[in-house]
Amino acid sequence: MERNIAMIALFTALIAALGLLPKLTLASGIPITAQSMGIMLCGTILGARRGALAVALFVVLVAAGLPLLAGGRGGLGVFQSPWAGFYWGFPVAAFVAGLVVERWRGARMFWVATLAAIIGGIGALYAIAVPYYMIAKPAGLGEALLVVMAPFMPGDLIKAVLTGFITSAIYQARPSALLSRS
Amino acid sequence: MISLSSPVKTRAHDWPAWVKLGALCIATLLLFRVQSHAVAAASLLATGGLYALPGLRFLRIGIARMAFMWPFVAVIAVWHLATGTIADGAVILMRLLTAVALANLVTMTTKLTDMVGVIRWLASPLRAVGLQTKALELAIALVIRFIPVLIEKGQGLTMAWRARSFRRANWRLVLPFTLLALDDAEHVAEALRARGGATPNTET
Repeated sequence: MERNIAMIALFTALIAALGLLPKLTLASGIPITAQSMGIMLCGTILGARRGALAVALFVVLVAAGLPLLAGGRGGLGVFQSPWAGFYWGFPVAAFVAGLVVERWRGARMFWVATLAAIIGGIGALYAIAVPYYMIAKPAGLGEALLVVMAPFMPGDLIKAVLTGFITSAIYQARPSALLSRS
Repeated sequence: MISLSSPVKTRAHDWPAWVKLGALCIATLLLFRVQSHAVAAASLLATGGLYALPGLRFLRIGIARMAFMWPFVAVIAVWHLATGTIADGAVILMRLLTAVALANLVTMTTKLTDMVGVIRWLASPLRAVGLQTKALELAIALVIRFIPVLIEKGQGLTMAWRARSFRRANWRLVLPFTLLALDDAEHVAEALRARGGATPNTET
């Protein structure tokens, strides 16, 4: 019980810290915000339930008025934009990513975690964010795909691969820490 | 941890949080039914007026808090210019800016403790079905305590990287950073257990 609470709280804080630290760069010099990677890592490391709870707690605290989103944004205003489907989708993304890591054993952790991050952090996330935009704005499917999916997709694919690397490195360094497999 | 509530005290700070949130819900629902340019423009102006009421300093802070919307506004504007649906785009943008501004107004005039009170109230149905909501409140306190701790540790890692490399800090830092968070979580869990556990009245 205490371990679950501590893990959830610390990973919520980790997502926030990843967004508030200076931007990290890829080897090619492209800056990325590591926050959405934090969402994927919550799922692949903590597992479906704990990962989703950590991310949900993060979203609740943003709504409560803490400036925890990348760039110091937060408050209720960010939930009013038609892009807010991402915030509703974040906990689901972590849940699905965690579920894949929990259920799919027998392949190398890098591949499992990368695919989990793609299925949860991209598949499940956009399955919520795109229809949300279509209803909230309102807009057609073509517009939603162009302005919701296209700009973020390349970065998200890179982050999914990095999530795979990091998760498998943690699995090797400290197998017991990977709660999604315990 | 600084929350986004405004340092300028307003009368709305003393209103109950649930009243402001309820009013925001109703206003948002009504707003999304608006189709006429005149009504959309009037509601945007009226919202601007609300920001101006507590004084110039509040208005300035409020405008600065809206800055994050510009990329979104630009994307929607470009789409409607490109598709030749400028009239529709204008209504959508005015509705959107009004909705965001109203929501920001609620955040700016509500203290974090009041918001947490609303969260506790929203979680009360969970208590009725036997879930422990004390754990939620403990987790919120832990998060608020540990964000600055983790940021400091992250900055330490970045500095250590800079001391050893000509290149800028890259994504590899996330690995030791995550391990630090995992270690901290184990220590916190131990500390909680040593002090009688998270929910002392129940068997876990």
